[in-house]
Amino acid sequence: MSDDELIWRIAGGSGDGIDSTSQNFAKALMRSGLDVFTHRHYPSRIRGGHTYVEIRAAADEVQSRGDGYNFLLSLGDSFARNPQEEAYYGNEEIKPLSENLDELREGGIIVYDEGLISEEDVEAINLEERAEENDWHVFPMDLRGLAKEHGREVMRNTAGVGVTAALLDMDLEHIENLMSDAMSDDILEANLEILHEAYETVNEEYEFEHDLRVPTGEHETEQALLSGSNAIAYGAIDGGCRFIAGYPMTPWTDVFTILTQNFPEMGGISEQVEDEIAAAALAVGASHAGVKAMSGSSGGGFALMSEPLGLAEMTETPLVLVESMRAGPSTGLPTKPEQADLEFVLYTSQGDSSRVVFAPGNIEEAYEQTRLAFDIAWEYQIPTIIIYDQKLSGENKNVDVEFFDREPEPGLGSTLTEEELKEAAHDVSGKFKRFNYEDAENNVAPRSLPGQKGGRYLATGNEHSPVGHIEEDPDNRVAQMTRRVEKLESIREELDEEHPSNQTYFGDETADYGIITWGSSHGAVAEAVERLNDDGHSVKGITVSDMMPFPEQEVTEFIESVDEAMVVEMNATAQFRGLIQKELGRFGEKLTSLLKYNGNPFEPAEVVEGYEVNLAEDDREPTAQVRIEPAAGD
Amino acid sequence: MSAFNAIGEEREIDRDEFTPGVEPQPTWCPGCGDFGVLKSLKQALPEVGRTPEEVLTVTGIGCSGKLNSYLDTYGFHTIHGRSLPVARAAKLANPELEVIAAGGDGDGYGIGGNHWIHTARENHDITYIVFNNEIFGLTKGQTSPTSPKGHKSKTQPSGSAKTPLRPLSMSLNAGASYVARTAAVNPNQAKEIIAEAIEHDGFAHVDFLTQCPTWNKDARQYVPYIDVQESDDYDFDIHDRREAAEMMHETEDVLKDGTVLTGRYYVDDDRPSYQQEKTAVGEMPDEPLAERYFDDDAEWERSYDLLERHT
Ligand SMILES: Cc1ncc(C[n+]2csc(CCOP(=O)(O)OP(=O)(O)O)c2C)c(N)n1
Ligand code: SF4
Repeated sequence: MSDDELIWRIAGGSGDGIDSTSQNFAKALMRSGLDVFTHRHYPSRIRGGHTYVEIRAAADEVQSRGDGYNFLLSLGDSFARNPQEEAYYGNEEIKPLSENLDELREGGIIVYDEGLISEEDVEAINLEERAEENDWHVFPMDLRGLAKEHGREVMRNTAGVGVTAALLDMDLEHIENLMSDAMSDDILEANLEILHEAYETVNEEYEFEHDLRVPTGEHETEQALLSGSNAIAYGAIDGGCRFIAGYPMTPWTDVFTILTQNFPEMGGISEQVEDEIAAAALAVGASHAGVKAMSGSSGGGFALMSEPLGLAEMTETPLVLVESMRAGPSTGLPTKPEQADLEFVLYTSQGDSSRVVFAPGNIEEAYEQTRLAFDIAWEYQIPTIIIYDQKLSGENKNVDVEFFDREPEPGLGSTLTEEELKEAAHDVSGKFKRFNYEDAENNVAPRSLPGQKGGRYLATGNEHSPVGHIEEDPDNRVAQMTRRVEKLESIREELDEEHPSNQTYFGDETADYGIITWGSSHGAVAEAVERLNDDGHSVKGITVSDMMPFPEQEVTEFIESVDEAMVVEMNATAQFRGLIQKELGRFGEKLTSLLKYNGNPFEPAEVVEGYEVNLAEDDREPTAQVRIEPAAGD
Repeated sequence: MSAFNAIGEEREIDRDEFTPGVEPQPTWCPGCGDFGVLKSLKQALPEVGRTPEEVLTVTGIGCSGKLNSYLDTYGFHTIHGRSLPVARAAKLANPELEVIAAGGDGDGYGIGGNHWIHTARENHDITYIVFNNEIFGLTKGQTSPTSPKGHKSKTQPSGSAKTPLRPLSMSLNAGASYVARTAAVNPNQAKEIIAEAIEHDGFAHVDFLTQCPTWNKDARQYVPYIDVQESDDYDFDIHDRREAAEMMHETEDVLKDGTVLTGRYYVDDDRPSYQQEKTAVGEMPDEPLAERYFDDDAEWERSYDLLERHT
């Protein structure tokens, strides 16, 4: 566990302003030159309940939330005091303090709001005793009282930040600047007063002997702090997307809202519609008419999209869908991540249907692969799906601003202009042979758009002739089907040639133990591999992003290069390991699974422990809430 | 040069242009009412000055869904019940297209019912023709949402216990700004109503009575109909919601027990279409979005410009 890192946790009730406060504090840390990574934990509840945001900050790159944390700012759940009779709140005010103690590291700091958390409550949880055992440094402060004096109760967040800064010996400059950007007049003034008073109170009244300080670091280039949802939305914008249709469902709603808010200025169109069937069907309709369009949802909503998805496949209408996983089945755990919709996304829809599926592992990949998804969809006239989860959707990480500095790609791929249509094949009645299989290059039959001269054809969800009429002739069926199915091979070739970097490798190249993962588990796994190597083990890792078409060669080479490999994923049925074995047709005896599905993402220590348990010659079980699924024959 | 030269082309248009020169020949049964819809569309489109290439017909699944296989425009034969969301988005993407959606009563009032209500509510500027034969045709004669109570079919052998849906009233209540009913057995009125519906700015719903001689021999569509506009017995103001609603009720009652009434029931020329409403609140670009992709001078905004809020 690194000593030069701060993992700051702010806890309170939903609606207590935890989000905005932490967002600002994370930015202040980033501006001071540190790498930051945020993790948000919240229940499926609008106000009240126990929620926290964690910010990890260090001079070196941070890729995951880390293990545990070392600074707790516990605000007290203000909604726990709701006087409404029918509401059951019980004794929850203490929760932001009591619920967080298990993961607080030895030597950590606790600041709690005396104004909201009573002395008896604190006694009841034996805080003093536990603090002594763990060498915690506890600072009770009347944050609520301080805030009230200068403004309003809600500003106790600011008091908390002031206290934090003082205890960590942190400069207030960046925090002040961010406040000035976000607020004005009386509100700004009150907040600044509170910030300073909190800061000074600590310095005057407390002697502190803890040695946690805010780390120092420096960025050589300008950084931006953004979430996976932001990155997907921005990838879509730069991929030329200007039409989005959706129906709200956590966590997909984030991407939907970000694009909706930006589209009016960009001349794009956003539609919130009656259900997810409609949403995906609208995206198909807009794409058919000549606009780069997308839709998306989370598992339950994506289930409804299977019909329009198949329609897009059959009519060869370009389409991008995003599937933002949360724990299922059914409505599952609405606000918790899981990687359990993989098989569903790969095989949804009837018939021999094919689609392209990308699973970005971090913020940069989310942007990159969304751009790529638009390129591939419009070039190959095939649906592409970006599968990611609630974790990647909500976590924020700093990224070099320059990374996003690229030209947008508004091209419509293999769509003909009217000039080109003149040269294209037509049948005797003048209909454009849109689904021509005779001279299709890369298995693509370029399309026309409604309203273009010389481009008339029928797009149909039934099997069809080259001009689009319903056609059951066996030879035509075989030709059309083969061409559609073989598109995946053409796409595989293009990806291998132009985007081999979709898969990420890390660790010791010469190692004979491998860890394989996908999607948002990437960060925790990469960090675990680094730790294992630092501790003298020899391990290497790969994060696979291409789920369909599968990067057979790359994954085969990786598995062949090791004696044993562990597949890490957040689900109960080892879906990704199943995919590897299905695609490669072997390796059952080499692959073990490390699975987690309790609603929380992997922490690096769990992966390290999984490795140790897997290699131990005894019958040891992992201590954390993870499960080892042995290799076949094990 | 525009990317969509077929749009707005001014010339004499022959109805034969809408007939595919070669296959396919319609596979509808002899005497099927669907031929009537095809015919009235072929007549109405040249009359309103639309060329085959600027029209997009979007259909669902059923015998009715095959309409655009036999009508030579740009076409999208979608899936069961989903023609409306596809049609709606195509219109938003390129408002200059003439978008006509069509399907059966099972397709539109049954499986696609949710889309129908919301498309009417939002008043999208598209024409929606429902081939109402009060039966599932293509799947061989099951009871549909408009089949009369007591109707016997293989899936309701003792006679349906369900009250039929009232499509005209439903559409009016949901917000459609043009609601009419016509019948395949009255080609002149059908052509006029279809032409009017196409020219209407807003959601124009035409409940088109189409006989299915194969599965629904008992249906009332064969009896003579009365044109509500031409009969002195039915005097009402088609611009008045209440009067229109009352007339629809009467019609929807009598359809089942005797007289078949057809004609226009409700026309609201003042209600802005969805597209106009969306433009007014700043959610819709002034120029057709689809055009932009072909415009070399278009400045494409990029995400880089949005990053400031993240630094
Ligand atoms: C999702 C789905 N469910 C069921 C079907 C089967 N199906 C095809 S057409 C049809 C009913 C058609 O009835 P209607 O819409 O009244 O049209 P008609 O054939 O009478 O013109 C059904 C149930 C289908 N194609 N797709
Ligand atoms: S089954 Fe009925 S609706 Fe279908 S084509 Fe035959 S007559 Fe027409």
